[in-house]
Amino acid sequence: MLRIENLEVYRGRTYVLKGISLEVGRGEIVALIGANGAGKTTTLKTISGLLRPHRGQIAYRTETDQELALDRLPAEEIVRQGVSHCPEGRGVFAGLTVRENLVAGAYLRRDKQGLREDFQRVCELFPILEQRASQTAGSLSGGEQAMLAIGRALMARPRLLILDEPSLGLAPLIVARIFALLAEINARGVTILLVEQNAVTALDLSHRAYVLETGRVTLSGASSAIACDEAVRRAYLGGQPR
Amino acid sequence: MTGGYITQQIVNGLILGSMYALVAIGFTMIYGIIRLINFAHGDVVMIGAFVTLGLLQHLGWPFWLVSLCVLAAGAFVGLSIERVAFRPMRGAPQVTGFITSLAVSIMIQNLGIVFMTAQPRNFTFPDFLQQLLRVGPVSFRVVDLVIMLTALVLMAALILLVRKTRLGVGMRATAENLDVARLMGININRTIMATFAVGGSLAAVAGLMWGGKFGQIDPLLGFVPGLKSFVAAVIGGVGSIPGAICGGYILGLAEVLFVGLLPPIYSAFRDAFVFGTLILILLVLPNGLLGKRMEDRA
Amino acid sequence: MRIRRKNLLTVFLILAGLAGVAVAQRSLNDYVLSLVNFVGIYIILAVSLNITNGFTGLFSLGHPAFMAIGGYTTAILTFPVQRKAYFLAGLPEWLARTEVPFFPSLLIGGVMASLAALIVGVPVLRLRGHYLAVATLGVLIIVQVLITNLESVTRGPLGLNGLPALTDLWWVFPWVVVTLLVSWKIKFSSFGRTMLSVREDDLAAECCGVNLFQTRVAALVIGAFFAGVAGGLWAHLVTAITPKSFSLVLAFTIVVMVVVGGAGSITGSVVAALVFSVLTEFFRPLEERLNIYGLGEIFMALIMICILIYRPMGIFGTREPRFMRPDDA
Repeated sequence: MLRIENLEVYRGRTYVLKGISLEVGRGEIVALIGANGAGKTTTLKTISGLLRPHRGQIAYRTETDQELALDRLPAEEIVRQGVSHCPEGRGVFAGLTVRENLVAGAYLRRDKQGLREDFQRVCELFPILEQRASQTAGSLSGGEQAMLAIGRALMARPRLLILDEPSLGLAPLIVARIFALLAEINARGVTILLVEQNAVTALDLSHRAYVLETGRVTLSGASSAIACDEAVRRAYLGGQPR
Repeated sequence: MTGGYITQQIVNGLILGSMYALVAIGFTMIYGIIRLINFAHGDVVMIGAFVTLGLLQHLGWPFWLVSLCVLAAGAFVGLSIERVAFRPMRGAPQVTGFITSLAVSIMIQNLGIVFMTAQPRNFTFPDFLQQLLRVGPVSFRVVDLVIMLTALVLMAALILLVRKTRLGVGMRATAENLDVARLMGININRTIMATFAVGGSLAAVAGLMWGGKFGQIDPLLGFVPGLKSFVAAVIGGVGSIPGAICGGYILGLAEVLFVGLLPPIYSAFRDAFVFGTLILILLVLPNGLLGKRMEDRA
Repeated sequence: MRIRRKNLLTVFLILAGLAGVAVAQRSLNDYVLSLVNFVGIYIILAVSLNITNGFTGLFSLGHPAFMAIGGYTTAILTFPVQRKAYFLAGLPEWLARTEVPFFPSLLIGGVMASLAALIVGVPVLRLRGHYLAVATLGVLIIVQVLITNLESVTRGPLGLNGLPALTDLWWVFPWVVVTLLVSWKIKFSSFGRTMLSVREDDLAAECCGVNLFQTRVAALVIGAFFAGVAGGLWAHLVTAITPKSFSLVLAFTIVVMVVVGGAGSITGSVVAALVFSVLTEFFRPLEERLNIYGLGEIFMALIMICILIYRPMGIFGTREPRFMRPDDA
């Protein structure tokens, strides 16, 4: 569904992504792990159109089997094509209510019936959101905000959901719950590209993974294989045998 | 100092405040969405006043048509200012945006002088608006009543727009976090343009009212409303629409009441008292009445 | 050894400047001479505002208020005693009998302005950004209103005229040099770095132990001193002073100079002040000849916009050209 080839991205004058290539197949959960500063957020922002690459391509296969070059489309159009980005730090609109945040997520949609169904579905997945529908998003706890951010991304009825460090700053119990929910979302047909510093949980959830180190992909393959890899173990998994 | 006198002063203050509030709303909306001060906002007021003068007095068009044209003119000028002065400045430090809009304001004022000379023009509304009404101890002209009611209607419409419509959600989302708003598929350019257009329309209508209230207009008339809308918006908390409304009314009331209620020798000190009060408000509420706390960044 | 060379260069430049002043006083006509004086005063204003707004990042619109305080103080002090009885009948005895020479008057004017800045700064400098701008605007208006209405001391809206024309290049040049040296010294000292850190990220600065409040007050007070002196110089150049001399428009003008030159760059402020005052004068005869008033302002505004579109941080940004920096910066 998504194919990135030799992507080079600069942020200001810093050379962040030095030519990475990766693929996400339909229905998969793919993880992108790496340390701080490796370029994970930059990768996601380039996919969703907030940043433009210096060189390289991002090919996306649409519902109708068309191939689009995402690196040439504006961010709004990319969302319209079914790519939903749940940003780093959640990025909920603190001054808007929970319901309004979800409305914002569905900004491009006009089908009232579909919207109502999706709203129901999001409330099923995250019942706490239904409870707090009229509260301002800023008053939610970290975990609730994370759920709101994911729910909001789902309101766009995406085919590809990209998540930037959903576990950031959350207690392990909540992280586990969120990742279980992500598995469920994937089971319902949404492809997921997940960026995480928390390598253990990411590798647990995903089918395949890429390891990003200072702007380059150093390792890729099935998540179970990567989790066993010696170098990865030492760098990201605490060096403990699994 | 009778109750009737005080009520009269309060009514006068509210009428003045209505105009300030209308201009302050547009100002604060623009600040809220792009974090830049639009100093040329006051000049949209001036343009509204002159459009009214031209269409109403020189061409003799009916009042309702003139009002619609004023709304359209305001939107058009607002959009032009956005395109020329603000889109190239997006992301620049705040003072830079302030200076660019100040430059645009200077240009508009001086173009006005070049084309229309600095001579003040007289502004006369149709007679039925000039009639005096009496309600108990308070007297005012019909035009004053129209000003208040129109202002209230427009403010209500605006709040509905911002709170209940999809565009309104888009505007508020963009104001909170521009990048994340883009991730929702919100077209930032169009949302910002809409903000400038709405703000401009309101300011232009305020210009129509200003001409009617003060009877005289000139190309430099925009400076005062521009400054006052800045002050009113800041007092209310920049970026907050209800704040701007409150700020506008507070400013209007303060201006009138300080002159009306203090002994005459202090009248000349009016501006000092008004600003003194405003500074006191800011000392107690450093982010304005309804502004968001700026320390929450960490 | 290199540091000595820079000092030597500075001394040489100052001496050359003084020689230039001597030549100018003798050969230039009055109009050009007064223009040069104005340019010098604008440089003092822009560079001193740069300390407050540029280095420390405060958005202060109050500079003309300090000019007014300094200007009126200097004017009242240098006013000849005989005329004082007629013009300023309400002055207290000890003031009415004194007449102070120019230099101490300027100093006292500057100090009074600094005191005012201290009094005003303590409550107001807790505010940030636009809230501070409104507060300083308020201070400006309040000072204007007070001056207009304390007629016994200031002669109200009529102002004082017939002030002795004491300002000339021999006064302006040294003050420009002093302002530049003080700014330069501050900028490249640890205090200057403290100010810049407050501007860049005050939260981080506070975590490093910087007393934000004291830094801000100091910035305002230092800037105000030079504004006060500039006000005194101005008054004795124009030989008249009224409450409207130091208006909001002047406040905007100086802020424009600082921002267009580059907030935090001393060279930027100097260049911007120079260019701005010269260009404004240049356009005036053009306007009169074409009978299109307002043309000059339109051009100035266009130039401002163009500069800021291409260099949003101002012409020089926060930096100085390489040869002006101290060797270890």
